Amino acid sequence: MFRLLLIFALALGPAGVVTAEDHGEPISKMLPQLPPATGEPHPEGNEFWRKKHMELLSHDRNLTVREGEREIQASLKECFVCHQAKDENGTPVSADDPRNFCRVCHDFVGIKVDCFVCHRSTPDGVDEAAQRAGGEDRADMVRDGPDLEELFAYLDGLTSPEMAQTEGIGE
Amino acid sequence: MTFRLPDDESEKPDLKRRDFLRSGAAVAVITLAPGVTLTAFGGSEAEAGAADAGKRWGLLIDASRCDPDCNACVTACSQENGWEDTGKPETDAQWIRKVTLKDKATGRESSLPVMCQHCEEPPCVDVCPTGASFKRADGIVLVDKHICIGCRYCMMACPYKARSFIHEPIVNQKSWAPRGKGTVESCTLCVHRVDTGRIPACVEACAATGNKAIIFGDLKDPESEISRRLAEYPSLALRADLDLNPGVRYTNL
Ligand code: HEC
Ligand code: HEC
Ligand code: HEC
Repeated sequence: MFRLLLIFALALGPAGVVTAEDHGEPISKMLPQLPPATGEPHPEGNEFWRKKHMELLSHDRNLTVREGEREIQASLKECFVCHQAKDENGTPVSADDPRNFCRVCHDFVGIKVDCFVCHRSTPDGVDEAAQRAGGEDRADMVRDGPDLEELFAYLDGLTSPEMAQTEGIGE
Repeated sequence: MTFRLPDDESEKPDLKRRDFLRSGAAVAVITLAPGVTLTAFGGSEAEAGAADAGKRWGLLIDASRCDPDCNACVTACSQENGWEDTGKPETDAQWIRKVTLKDKATGRESSLPVMCQHCEEPPCVDVCPTGASFKRADGIVLVDKHICIGCRYCMMACPYKARSFIHEPIVNQKSWAPRGKGTVESCTLCVHRVDTGRIPACVEACAATGNKAIIFGDLKDPESEISRRLAEYPSLALRADLDLNPGVRYTNL
């Protein structure tokens, strides 16, 4: 118990940087802004969960699928009970929407998880089909991504005779 | 089958009552007539908890009680697990289907549901290259979709055609039954219900129609309803010649 408290105490410091703990102005608009969570916070602390959630999820999914253990600590369906990002109408948004809890961070670090090919990313009853139909393609991960025009222009430039010559000098 | 006798419908109602009243004592009557009834699934066979090697879950299906015009088990399964008929029978998922068997010699037809037979020696598990196809300690055969690569060897190995492959993107799954394109799936014996002490959806729906053609229970417990039935009355395994020892058994085929 003492160790838990210690971890918790340690976690409190850095956790504030990225999270909804900052109810005022975001420290930096560059950092992901998570939707506010409901329910009891994790006893291990935010820092721990930010770092370990992927391991906990894959560990615990084996407990459920392989051993039939249903009382698990990291249950994917449970995440969305407390971590719901809602749209303008108050409907929880699915992983098709960049505002979704998991996507806020994942888009930021540029990773993509395949969990929601199979799993729901909202509580049962929410119509995810409507969101998928209306929303963008799941593959289109980063909404405000880099300007592709600029990138293509750069790539075109690489193959231009002028660039080829520059490369030649380097050899 | 040596125990297959002419099916006299007029005998049935009486038998049902007697069988019900005298429970296990009606052996003599029952071996003479095939309209043997399986009583309702009483109480919950499943106790909440993780997969227990001391148990082996199974089903006993009484074909004589299965109404050819009834599809309740299939509908219940599809609703519970969120798979549906999209009008493309070649590719649609079918966790459970109604099958009609016809004895060519006599013309007698019987109707029965067929789903994953939860074999003790499952060929789907033998052929799986990733270990995704596996048997739980309590005998339930599953696909661990997290490591399924969608190769479909298991589908080819299964003599019951019990498995389906998901060909198209899926949305609005049930939280307790995640499903997604590119993986294989089949009847899970409603593992999410069994683990929480409930019975499979098909068994519940069948009982609700009053047909009570499917019993669910622990084959390792000699006192369970299913074990007592199996010990008392003739039953058979589909494709018994393959020696797979399925957990799903049939009577009055
Ligand atoms: C009982 C409610 C509840 C459940 C269930 C739950 N969380 Fe949380 N979670 C919280 C609360 C409350 C916080 C603290 C939020 C804050 O600090 O503003 C939190 C914080 C987090 C954080 C840190 C966020 C940050 O601000 O740095 C992560 C990561 C996280 N949870 C992941 C998960 C995952 C993954 C699951 C599912 C396995 C999950 N949580 C399930 C309530 C829950
Ligand atoms: C606080 C930010 C944050 C939140 C919220 C968050 N993640 Fe993550 N997640 C990360 C980061 C960062 C990584 C990448 C870590 C790395 O680089 O190894 C990651 C990685 C993962 C991975 C491993 C991916 C891989 O390819 O190895 C999984 C699985 C995962 N997250 C699941 C989830 C799920 C499910 C949710 C929502 C319930 C969620 N995460 C919410 C930050 C977050
Ligand atoms: C191909 C389909 C599929 C994909 C993709 C998938 N899962 Fe699952 N997952 C399942 C199925 C099926 C179950 C079993 C559900 C049950 O029995 O209740 C499950 C169960 C789980 C469970 C335990 C049930 C719960 O939520 O409490 C967790 C945790 C889990 N998966 C995590 C993940 C994570 C994390 C990812 C992404 C990295 C993922 N899954 C991707 C199909 C999938």
